[in-house]
Amino acid sequence: MSVKSKGNSTVTIFPDWCKGCGICAAFCPGKVMELNDQGKAVVVKEEECISCGFCELHCPDFAIMVRPKADDEIPAVCRAVLEKAARKTDMPADGSAAEKNSSDMEKG
Amino acid sequence: MADMKGTQLIHEYLRHNKKFPHVFCAGCGHGIVLGSLIRSIHGLGLSKDEVCVVAGIGCSGRLAAYVDFNTVHTTHGRALTFATGIKMAKPNMHVIVVMGDGDSMAIGGNHLIHAARRNIGVTALILNNNIYGMTGGQCSPTTPSGAFTMTSPMGQMEQSFDCVELMTAAKANYVARGSVFHVKKLDKMIMEGISNPGFGVVEIMTPCHTQYGRKNKFKTPVDMFKNIKDTVISIERYNQLSEEEQASRIPSGVFVQKDTPSLEEKFYQMAASCQGGA
Ligand SMILES: Cc1ncc(C[n+]2csc(CCOP(=O)(O)OP(=O)(O)O)c2C)c(N)n1
Ligand code: SF4
Ligand code: SF4
Ligand code: SF4
Repeated sequence: MSVKSKGNSTVTIFPDWCKGCGICAAFCPGKVMELNDQGKAVVVKEEECISCGFCELHCPDFAIMVRPKADDEIPAVCRAVLEKAARKTDMPADGSAAEKNSSDMEKG
Repeated sequence: MADMKGTQLIHEYLRHNKKFPHVFCAGCGHGIVLGSLIRSIHGLGLSKDEVCVVAGIGCSGRLAAYVDFNTVHTTHGRALTFATGIKMAKPNMHVIVVMGDGDSMAIGGNHLIHAARRNIGVTALILNNNIYGMTGGQCSPTTPSGAFTMTSPMGQMEQSFDCVELMTAAKANYVARGSVFHVKKLDKMIMEGISNPGFGVVEIMTPCHTQYGRKNKFKTPVDMFKNIKDTVISIERYNQLSEEEQASRIPSGVFVQKDTPSLEEKFYQMAASCQGGA
């Protein structure tokens, strides 16, 4: 883990992947994230981030990345994954996945 | 890949031709388990080819589709039988089975206890969300007494299984219980489960807000995580509580850790001795 002092990290949220569950916002010790009016997590107080890693470990959708400020590039593998993700987005973010699962993916 | 961590590490192991974000509902713990599984395998230094993830049916069964190991999506309740075959044929493969509480303890209950009795060298992750998620929220063998589900609208009247007690009684070599809130401990348990010989089980307490939470007064996914944070406590703390206090808590930690030889180990020894004419 990187240095646990404030202000050394960049917190990136990939909006296409965020489903707005609110876990990051609720448990972040620095209250770095909030949910915006579209229900997506946004970074509001990056300077309060202590790089504890909680949000990265607990985001069920792998939509948050915390990096040392010095690394100004998003790693190539993540960029590739994100670009692919941007091409679709018909995922319901409201908890209707179960219905979707049983209707068009698998006849339970 | 060696120095990668966090989300970057996880992205590295995902199947990039799958649709993301994954299909699980907002706040479903299954995504967190997927992350923990990836970190654990990476942490053990295993290559993708050395690992086979066998999943059953249920929302939990979807996990296998997203991750770039050898994977098999099997039939409901039968993941362990497929896994047993794979392990017997390829004893050096690390076979990890992902099942829901319904998949493993209802329809697959018989296979679960016998996999433990046989002590086959696979690691089972049981994603316990106390409900049938995929099929619309029927009660499962772990739905707590009194809880509301689609099939127990007045409260569940049956008793529930305790996965740890069940697996301990059936003689699994490694039995642990963790949660998706206490993720670092969970990573450790999955790593230990994979490294330990014989049958290993890690029960993982994970929230299903969509099917369980909404019917049981957890207004948001965050409420479910707060509940797991407060109720799942270490065995040491649990043992210090009064019986009354224990009733509303779930002990977590490692309950069994033995190295009884596994079924495949015994089998290959027997095969060698038959061939050697000993
Ligand atoms: C033989 C068979 N019986 C029943 C089903 C229907 N079915 C699909 S998923 C499921 C329950 C899944 O619940 P659980 O294992 O707890 O997993 P979760 O969805 O909660 O992750 C059932 C009963 C099936 N697919 N196959
Ligand atoms: S934890 Fe992840 S999915 Fe949930 S709100 Fe935060 S970024 Fe979005
Ligand atoms: S790393 Fe910790 S402090 Fe920084 S944003 Fe994430 S949860 Fe908040
Ligand atoms: S129905 Fe429950 S278990 Fe299934 S994806 Fe949604 S939250 Fe997860």
